[in-house]
Amino acid sequence: MADMPATDAIRRAAARMRLDIVEMIAEAGSGHPGGSLSAADIVATLYFGVMNHDGNRPDMPERDRFVLSKGHAAPVLYAALSEAGYFGREHLTTLRKLGSMLQGHPDSKKMPGVEVSTGSLGQGLSIANGIALGLRMDGGSQRVFCLMGDGELQEGQVWEAAMFAAHENLSSLTAIVDSNGLQIDGACNEVMCLGEIGRKFAAFGWQVIEVDGHDPDAMIAAFGAAHAASEANNAPSVLVASTVKGKGVSFMENNAGWHGKAPSADETEQAGNELRAVIAKETADV
Amino acid sequence: MSKATRAAFGETLVELAGEDVDVVAVEADLSKSTTTATFADAFPNRFFNVGIAEQNMIDVAAGLAVTGKVAFTGSFAVFATGRAYDQVRNTVCYSELDVKLAPTHSGVTVGPDGGSHQMLEDLALMRALPGMRVLVPADFNSAKAALRTAATTPGPFYIRLGRVGVEEVYPSDTTFELGRAYVLREGTDVTLAACGLMVGQALEAADQLAEKGINAEVIDVATIKPIDADTILASARKTGFVVTCEEHSIIGGLGSAVAELLVENAPVPMRRIGVRDVFGTSGEPAELLEHFGLTAAHIALAARELRASAV
Repeated sequence: MADMPATDAIRRAAARMRLDIVEMIAEAGSGHPGGSLSAADIVATLYFGVMNHDGNRPDMPERDRFVLSKGHAAPVLYAALSEAGYFGREHLTTLRKLGSMLQGHPDSKKMPGVEVSTGSLGQGLSIANGIALGLRMDGGSQRVFCLMGDGELQEGQVWEAAMFAAHENLSSLTAIVDSNGLQIDGACNEVMCLGEIGRKFAAFGWQVIEVDGHDPDAMIAAFGAAHAASEANNAPSVLVASTVKGKGVSFMENNAGWHGKAPSADETEQAGNELRAVIAKETADV
Repeated sequence: MSKATRAAFGETLVELAGEDVDVVAVEADLSKSTTTATFADAFPNRFFNVGIAEQNMIDVAAGLAVTGKVAFTGSFAVFATGRAYDQVRNTVCYSELDVKLAPTHSGVTVGPDGGSHQMLEDLALMRALPGMRVLVPADFNSAKAALRTAATTPGPFYIRLGRVGVEEVYPSDTTFELGRAYVLREGTDVTLAACGLMVGQALEAADQLAEKGINAEVIDVATIKPIDADTILASARKTGFVVTCEEHSIIGGLGSAVAELLVENAPVPMRRIGVRDVFGTSGEPAELLEHFGLTAAHIALAARELRASAV
């Protein structure tokens, strides 16, 4: 058996990231906790179990590339980058404040480790296509990851990009759909039915893997399988990750109302207690 | 010789790639019209056709730029700027990427395709974007030089190209200096500030005005942004009258840029020659220039009226 990434460490990182997410949004007084928390295990798995990167060398050429297409989940990216040493934790309290490098949505000109600015939904997959093409032209073997929301798939450009990635055989590209089933106005399938996401991508020529987006072990395996399937079929791959919006904070879970609002002081305290208990448990399990 | 500015596009990309500039082109199914097909034939591995998907075109180019490529995009002006505006704004400009939009088929001289395809607001859209540099070459030679300048200067560029042939204004070895307006004819009585194919019309208007004893100065405002304030203001102060000439809406383009400059620095009477807040329509290019009041005669008349009204 090859070295298995330490999924315990991923779980601990994800638990700390969730606390950071809630605390930084509370401090900011605004932001998007629901979709940040739903993606925490996905992003933790990528940064601490899958991607080749180095927080001390954000520009190292051989790094894998990550595009946060659902840019409103910036706090989960900031939590991961901070955890990985791209910048000091003291910056986390500056989220969304004047002069901060932690902009409301990721800004590549201000923040080390952010490849490209995002925030306008539906664009990340196209950008990831271009990155994958450019790296391939230069003979690189870096992988490119693009995290999208499920509601985001309502943007038509996503399917322009899906067509292109398959047409260009972008086997270095793996998309992840954070499929939490909710968007601002309610359930995705009530606002605008997405249908069967996996089958849609498959019809466009992608390798599709369904996975539990809160299970690092399953995701490590799924990323490995996606990579292998992409190589074998000369095609891009997508992980359709089932998640729970607001995951980890009891009163935020599966509640569209927590898409884009900050918790009050009392709510922050309760969320903090819940998340600290998880951190303690994950740490005690070591 | 009469060549279209669009003909410079593919040809210049081929030259740049041959000179080891790490240039790529992303096209949206219009490679024959935009002439990027010339580049595709010469450098197939540096050319990507996204199909009829302009939003993807801009962002694929953005991604290529993220990896260090100098990424040009094709398509027509109406689609590259209008349909993909958010991609140009939020990804290309907001991230300050090396994406160079060089769409063709700007203005009314698109001709018979009609108003849906005659882009008259692109300068307004592009000029409003922070960090975007906006170039409007006057002829084929200037277009080639403008494309070179865009390729070798970091950051986002918009290079406005046209469909129809235009008479040569510049020699084949001309250069294109970013942010410089070129005084093509010195004069003392009125300034004709033009861009694109209207530069040729302005030069002709100057001849017509000379016959009436009016000595016009003609400036090619080849860079709309950053605009050459020194040259334009010096000319305005000298002549006391300014007529702007563009194959674009009078709202938001060259006329607006010059008006903004003059009002804040050297208010002089001015007129804007351009399309007066209407859409285009089908017709032959020359007919349309006449129909929308974009000929040398219209410019000359406006200059004379402007001078007369101020007496």
